Amino acid sequence: MQTIGDNLLSATRIDKIFPGAKALDKVDFHLRRGEVHALLGENGAGKSTLVKCLTGAYRRDGGTILLDGVEVDPRDTFNAQKLGIGTVYQEVNLLPNLTVAENLFLGRQPRRLGFVDVAAMNRQARALLENYELDLDVTRTLDSYSVAIQQVVAIARAVDLSGKVLILDEPTASLDAHEVEMLFRIVRRLKARGLGIVFITHFLEQVYEISDRITVLRNGQLVGTRDTATLERRDLISMMIGRELAAEIRAAREEPDVTGPVRYRFKDYGRKGHISPFDLDVRAGEVVGIAGLLGSGRTETAEILFGAHRADSGAAEVDGKTVQLSSPRRAIAQRFGFCPEDRKTDGIVGDLSVRENIVLALQARRGWTRPISRTEQNRLADHYIRALDIRTADREKPIRLLSGGNQQKAILARWLATEPEFLILDEPTRGIDVGAHAEIVRLIEGLREKGMSLLVISSEIEELVAYSTRILVLRDRQHVAALEGNRITADQIIEAIASANERGAA
Amino acid sequence: MKPKYLPLTATIVIFVLSYALCAAQYPNILSTRVIGNLLTDNAFLGIAAVGMTFVILSGGIDLSIGSVIAFTGVFLAVVLENTGIHPLAAFAMVLLIATLFGALMGAIIHYLEMPAFIVTLAGMFLARGMAFVLSIDSIAIKHPFYGTMKGLYYKLPGGGRITLIGGLMLLVFAIGIVIAHRTRFGTDVYALGGGSATAKLMGVPVGRTTIMIYALSGLLAGLSGIVFSLYTSAGYSLAAVGVELDAITAVVIGGTLLTGGSGFVAGTFIGILIQGLIQTYITFDGSLSSWWTKILIGLLLFVFILMQKGIVYVSRSERRHA
Repeated sequence: MQTIGDNLLSATRIDKIFPGAKALDKVDFHLRRGEVHALLGENGAGKSTLVKCLTGAYRRDGGTILLDGVEVDPRDTFNAQKLGIGTVYQEVNLLPNLTVAENLFLGRQPRRLGFVDVAAMNRQARALLENYELDLDVTRTLDSYSVAIQQVVAIARAVDLSGKVLILDEPTASLDAHEVEMLFRIVRRLKARGLGIVFITHFLEQVYEISDRITVLRNGQLVGTRDTATLERRDLISMMIGRELAAEIRAAREEPDVTGPVRYRFKDYGRKGHISPFDLDVRAGEVVGIAGLLGSGRTETAEILFGAHRADSGAAEVDGKTVQLSSPRRAIAQRFGFCPEDRKTDGIVGDLSVRENIVLALQARRGWTRPISRTEQNRLADHYIRALDIRTADREKPIRLLSGGNQQKAILARWLATEPEFLILDEPTRGIDVGAHAEIVRLIEGLREKGMSLLVISSEIEELVAYSTRILVLRDRQHVAALEGNRITADQIIEAIASANERGAA
Repeated sequence: MKPKYLPLTATIVIFVLSYALCAAQYPNILSTRVIGNLLTDNAFLGIAAVGMTFVILSGGIDLSIGSVIAFTGVFLAVVLENTGIHPLAAFAMVLLIATLFGALMGAIIHYLEMPAFIVTLAGMFLARGMAFVLSIDSIAIKHPFYGTMKGLYYKLPGGGRITLIGGLMLLVFAIGIVIAHRTRFGTDVYALGGGSATAKLMGVPVGRTTIMIYALSGLLAGLSGIVFSLYTSAGYSLAAVGVELDAITAVVIGGTLLTGGSGFVAGTFIGILIQGLIQTYITFDGSLSSWWTKILIGLLLFVFILMQKGIVYVSRSERRHA
C-alpha cells in the first residue's frame, strides 16, 4: 500500500449498488501525480461506473475519495470539475455548432463593459491551444474539425478548468494511428506537468505504449493494480477475462461430431473501417464462437454477416449459391437470424407485450399484407414461453417488466419463431443472472444438435469453450486465428488474443 | 467561406437578385418611399421575428406570438378607452404581462420537461382567449398620443419616411444582433440549440436561459403588439392570426436552422425584407392575386429547407477531408 503522500487521487472501498446488482464492490483506486494510469476491464466490469463515481455523475453508496489528501464528495460533473477532476469522453462533449473559442470559454468568456470581448477570447483561445501543438482558426465552428482535434479541444478545456486529474474515457476509439500519436504526445506533456491521468481503453497496445500502471476490474471487483513495465500481456488478459473454470467444463463434454456440409461460405468478406476481409465457412450443426476483446471487430463481424452494414468486399454463398446480403431483410429471407448485443436499444421494444415482441420478426418477414392471426400469435408466444421457460405472468405483460435473462430469452424466441437456419447471437448472456446463463448455454447446445448453424459472440471465454465447435479469434478488426477440436481451450484463446506479432493471414 | 455563413449569404444573394429583378421591371421600387413603407408595413412582424429567432436558435418554437399581439392590441384599446391611464403606462403594463407570460411558458417547458410546441400552443389559445374575454369587438384607439406617435418620422432624401415603428424595428434588430453575438446569454442560446444535455454538462444555466429566451420572445411579441396597435389604430381579438407562422418563415428564410444552434438575427431581417418585397411587387403589378405571395413564400421555404440539408452535407464532407 502506498502512503497518501504520493497519491493525487485515492478512492478506497468504493461501493455502488444498482437495483438487483452490485456494480462496484469495495474497489480501491489510487492515482499518482504525473502518471498515466490505465483502467481496464471488459464491458460491465465496472470501469465506467467507477469513473462516474469519481466524477460525481453517480453518487457512490460507500467508500471515500481523497483528492490531494482532502476528502471530496463531488455532487455532479460540474462540481467535480471545480474540484479539479476533468473528464473527456469518447463522444466529444462539446457543442459542434459553437466556435472553438466559444467551446473553450463557454460560461467564462472574457467581457468588457458587460459584453463579450470576442477578440480577447479568440486571442486567449489561440494561446491556450498553442500548448497543445494546435494552430487552429478558433473562430470556425467545432464541427469543421476532425474528431481527433475536437478531442484535443475537449482536453484543453477540461485541463484548463480542472487541472489536477484528467480522465480520458476511450478517447482513441474513433481515431486513426496518426491521430492517436498526436493525442499521446499531448498526454505525455500533461503528465510531465504533474497531472494524474486516468486512461480507459480497450486497445492493449496503447495501454502498453502510454501507461505507467494498470488497474483491472472484473465483475465490479478490483482484480489488481500492477506496473505496466512488469506485467506480461497474457497475464493482463487473464486478469481481464478470467479462465479458471474453462478447462473443467470442456472436459466434461463429449466432442461433437461436425461433418455436415458447408452451408454458409463467406469469402474475402469485409468492410473498410469496420472489419478486414475474412473467410468463414459454417456447417450445419456447428457453433462458431467468436472471441476477442471489446472493439476487436466481433460485433462488426456479426453485423456484416447479417447485412446490417453492407460488405464492400467479397462474396457470400448459401448452399453453394451466391447471395446478396445487403440488408437485414435479405438476410432474413435467407433464413438468417440475429440477436444483437444491446437488447435495450437494439432488441426489445419495451412497451410491447411479450407476445408482440416474439412475433415481431416473423411478421416483418411475412410483410404487413399478411398479418399473423391472433390465435397463431398466441400459439407461438405460448409455445416459446414454455419451450424457453420465459418467466412472465402472462404473454401480454410489457416486456420491459421482465428480468434481463427473460428478455434475452424472448428475443431468442423472436428469432426462433422465424425458424432460422443460421442464427447469430451477440453476447447472449450479458447482464443476466447465473441460472439464466446456464439455460441459454443449454439452449445453444440444443439448437446445434437439431442441425442449426450458429455464430456466437461472447466475452466469456469459458462459455465459448463450453459450446463452440470452432472458435475464431479477432484482434484489431482482423480474424487472426481459428481454433478447432482439442485446441479449444481458454489458454489457447488467450494466447491468440495476446500474441501481438502473429497477424493472421490478412 | 465558413459553412455557417452559407445560408446567410444565400439569403442576401436571393434578396439582392429579386430586388434587382423587381427594380428592372418597376424602377420605382428603388425609391426611398417604397423602402420606408416596406419597413413600416413589416415592423410588427420584424420585431416578433427577432424573438422567434432566439427561440428557434435555442432549438425551440413559440406559437403564441400572434395571440399575444392580438391580446396586447385589445388590452391597449380597452384600457385606453375605459380608463385615463396614459398610453406609455399602458405600454409598460402590457409589456410586463407579455414578458411574464413568456417566462411562465419557458418555466413550464424547462421544469416540466414539456415540448415547446405543446406549451406554446396552449399559450396561443390562452392568450387569444384572454383577448376575447376583454372584448369581442374591434375597438378603435382614438387617444391623441397615438396620433402624435404616428406623426413622428425621419425624412429620407427622396421623400421616404422612416416612421417611429419602422425605426423601432431597426433598433430591435440591432439590439438583437448585439445580444446574440456579444453576450454570454447569446452564446448560451446557441449552446442550447447545439444540444441541451451537452450544454448542461458544460455549465450553461439551462433553466435560467430557457426562461429568459421565452420571456424575451414574450416581451418582443408584446412590443410587436404595441406596434401593431399603432399601425392599425385599433385592437381586435381576431387580429394577427398566423403571425407566428410568418415569423417562423422569416427566420428560416433568413438562414436559421429549424433544429437550432445555427443562424443569425441579421438573416431574419433579410427574411422579413424578402417577404415584404414579394408583397410590394404584387402590389405594384396589380393584376396578380395576393395568394401569389403565399405561393412564392412557400417555394422559397422549400428551397431553403433543401439548402440547409445541402449545407449540413457539405460541412460533413468537408470535415472528412480536413
